[in-house]
Amino acid sequence: MNIEVRDADRSEDLLAQVYTALATNTPVLIQGGGTKSFYGRATSGALLDTRAHRGIVSYDPTELVVTVRAGTPLAELEAVLDQSGQMLAFEPPYFGEGATVGGMVAAGLSGPRRPWVGSVRDFVLGCRVITGNGKHLRFGGEVMKNVAGYDVSRLMAGSLGSLGLLTEVSFKVLPKPRSSLTLRLEMDVDTALVRFAEWGQQPLPITAACHDGEGLMLRLEGGEGSVKAAREHLGGEEVSAAFWGALREQTLDFFSNPAPLWRISVANDSRPRLPEGAQLVDWGGAQRWLKTDAAAATLRGAAAAAGGHACCFTPGAAESPLHPLPEVLMRYHRRLKEQLDPQGIFNPGRMYDGL
Amino acid sequence: MNILYNEEIDGPLSKVDRADLFADLRQAMPDLLILHREEDLRPYECDGLAAYRTVPLLAVLPERVEQVESILRICHARRVPVVARGAGTGLSGGALPLAQGVLLVMARFNRILELNPKGRYARVQPGVRNLAISQAAAPYELYYAPDPSSQIACSIGGNVAENAGGVHCLKYGLTVHNVMKIEVLTMEGERITLGADALDAPGFDLLALFTGSEGMLGIVTEVTVKLLPKPRVARVLMASFDSVEAAGKAVADIIGAGIIPGGLEMMDKLAIQAAEDFIHAGYPVAAEAILLCELDGVELDVAEDIERVRAVLDEAGATAVSLARDEAERALFWAGRKNAFPAVGRMSPDYYCMDGTIPRRHLPKVLRGTAELSEQYGLRVANVFHAGDGNMHPLILFDANEPGALERAEELGGKILELCVAVGGTITGEHGVGREKINQMCVQFNVDELSFFHAVKAAFDEHALLNPGKNIPTLRRCAENGAMRVHQGKMPFPELERF
Repeated sequence: MNIEVRDADRSEDLLAQVYTALATNTPVLIQGGGTKSFYGRATSGALLDTRAHRGIVSYDPTELVVTVRAGTPLAELEAVLDQSGQMLAFEPPYFGEGATVGGMVAAGLSGPRRPWVGSVRDFVLGCRVITGNGKHLRFGGEVMKNVAGYDVSRLMAGSLGSLGLLTEVSFKVLPKPRSSLTLRLEMDVDTALVRFAEWGQQPLPITAACHDGEGLMLRLEGGEGSVKAAREHLGGEEVSAAFWGALREQTLDFFSNPAPLWRISVANDSRPRLPEGAQLVDWGGAQRWLKTDAAAATLRGAAAAAGGHACCFTPGAAESPLHPLPEVLMRYHRRLKEQLDPQGIFNPGRMYDGL
Repeated sequence: MNILYNEEIDGPLSKVDRADLFADLRQAMPDLLILHREEDLRPYECDGLAAYRTVPLLAVLPERVEQVESILRICHARRVPVVARGAGTGLSGGALPLAQGVLLVMARFNRILELNPKGRYARVQPGVRNLAISQAAAPYELYYAPDPSSQIACSIGGNVAENAGGVHCLKYGLTVHNVMKIEVLTMEGERITLGADALDAPGFDLLALFTGSEGMLGIVTEVTVKLLPKPRVARVLMASFDSVEAAGKAVADIIGAGIIPGGLEMMDKLAIQAAEDFIHAGYPVAAEAILLCELDGVELDVAEDIERVRAVLDEAGATAVSLARDEAERALFWAGRKNAFPAVGRMSPDYYCMDGTIPRRHLPKVLRGTAELSEQYGLRVANVFHAGDGNMHPLILFDANEPGALERAEELGGKILELCVAVGGTITGEHGVGREKINQMCVQFNVDELSFFHAVKAAFDEHALLNPGKNIPTLRRCAENGAMRVHQGKMPFPELERF
């Protein structure tokens, strides 16, 4: 079966929209499929839709590199990679059918495999970006090792479109594991956290580990031999791998709880003293999802004490959905924004007030 | 073109009176070690790129973060440029001092502050040697993955500044993939933390931006690195080929088969001969190219992969394939590769090591181009290649005593890097731009891209005091050496001052 990927270079149109924004001093809200519009602060401006600018610019499986236009549906990209037995190893969440490649990079969110292989930014090799001076520039490239100039491409990952308009991104891709299986082990959260620390020090083929409040879900991936051996060593019962998709897309029952959803990122061996609420422990202990009505300050204090931060995924439930930055660091953020987007036209205020 | 700092094209530096600055620093920090006599400063005049030397105005060797903070505040107030260095093993002149600048030597920050096996991280000072981290983690069966060839001597602060790589990058990533958090002092002497003990941090990914920024955005005072469980076994295969093309194809085929080796290295005929003469590793000297393919992980997977790779190599036309029988033979196979540089050094009084990365499919084309250039310049070139990730290290053989030979070697090196850029690669894969490749930056990036880099720099160091003249050339430099990319006959920003 051949995957049809519509191909259209609309960078001139995007550039023209940025010129207009600069000429009229009107901020733009960059949007692809809008599937992550809940994330960050609500702001206003002229909608700049990237979806017409799409297509795979180049892909060579033996180079492990793919270059894609920002408006390309993520589903199309993943289908093409799948045909060659390859994948975006960081398992980006879609949060809706229309998710685009540009939105995935701008949001910087990664799925269950993240602690073992890396995050979105770890797989970004290069990008093209339209800047706050109305220039279409290229940074990084299509090679694994590249240290010429500053690493602007990785800076763009997770910047919520506030430093420029991404038009094209090159990624490192990886072969899909030869063998994969999912286990469920009956144990409580505390035991699971102890096990995570033990297993983390051993070369086990674990690529996902989540405690859903009742039991532990583990994914083993690698060669057939090591997966089989680990399965025998770890015990438990083999279950459907569909769990990981549901976890990544937040369609598990846990997420239907009406209380605001918080993502708490902490050191992997920490024991954060989080407020009351329903909790799901992902990333082998390093990422906690919490449904709670507790105050933002309480949550943030607890997360910071465990080496991390807390971010609100429910729109309107916190004044600053992203964890506020220390004052000095915030000042350097503002200076960077002023340098790269002097007229403040790209997604102003999306990440933080005044940025 | 001489690459030593030239105020006319690299930007003016403020005139600093050595005695005045010395008095200021001494008064603020009576216990700070300050070198100011010519004979004390001389040992610090260069890093691993010894062809270029400049004696710094002063060298300071602080021991505490507070001292670094004060040094930076004083230098900021007096507009004195600051060049930081650690062990000085860098190969691109990234820590080359300035005659009008302070050399900030971070080597005394050499303590491992915390090693947490459960959390799988180590918190260390920037002067800690790369290999020392893995040694400290060894009792817990953990290690720090990035392993530049200089790992026995190079310091982790320098690794962060250069985003250092090594043989294992394809599978385990560069420094940027293995550092979790850094403590930084800005030129204004302000402390910031980038990254976190957690897997991510809020805000812009300044940790990624600072990694590889060559000491131009801030001074790293502490580094938290990720530790990984040691692979249970590592086995290495050596394959011989009668053409470089066939070896290149084998590399693509291995990766196309879904195998990511821990290390995948290629050497050409000249490099094989040099290594064999020096190490006697049992390399096939008649071969045009050899591949070393290391597979690591748990026993069962490695055994499976060896068989797969063997089949791929046979299919790709390898003339011989051998598997190292034991650890000793494995070490021997690698010893040839790891000593390829000194081995080549025995064939010629001097050699000049280049560092470009290319998309692997263009390897035959780039090697052919290199051979032509080699002939044209009358200088031999040996090729050692991190084949897995496309990072080439052509070694240009020359004799510095021969008038003009160094210049010819440099020019040839520059041409090879331009060839890398032409096929979609880069002028530096792991050594950094530093001072060495400052002119080639004008080839890889256009004026607008360079201006963007200057804007990034200005956000953190508005007076351009941190390591000026490294990594990002001024627009004037690019204009002067005629390498500026001019798009469709139009010079961008004709109104811009070429500072």
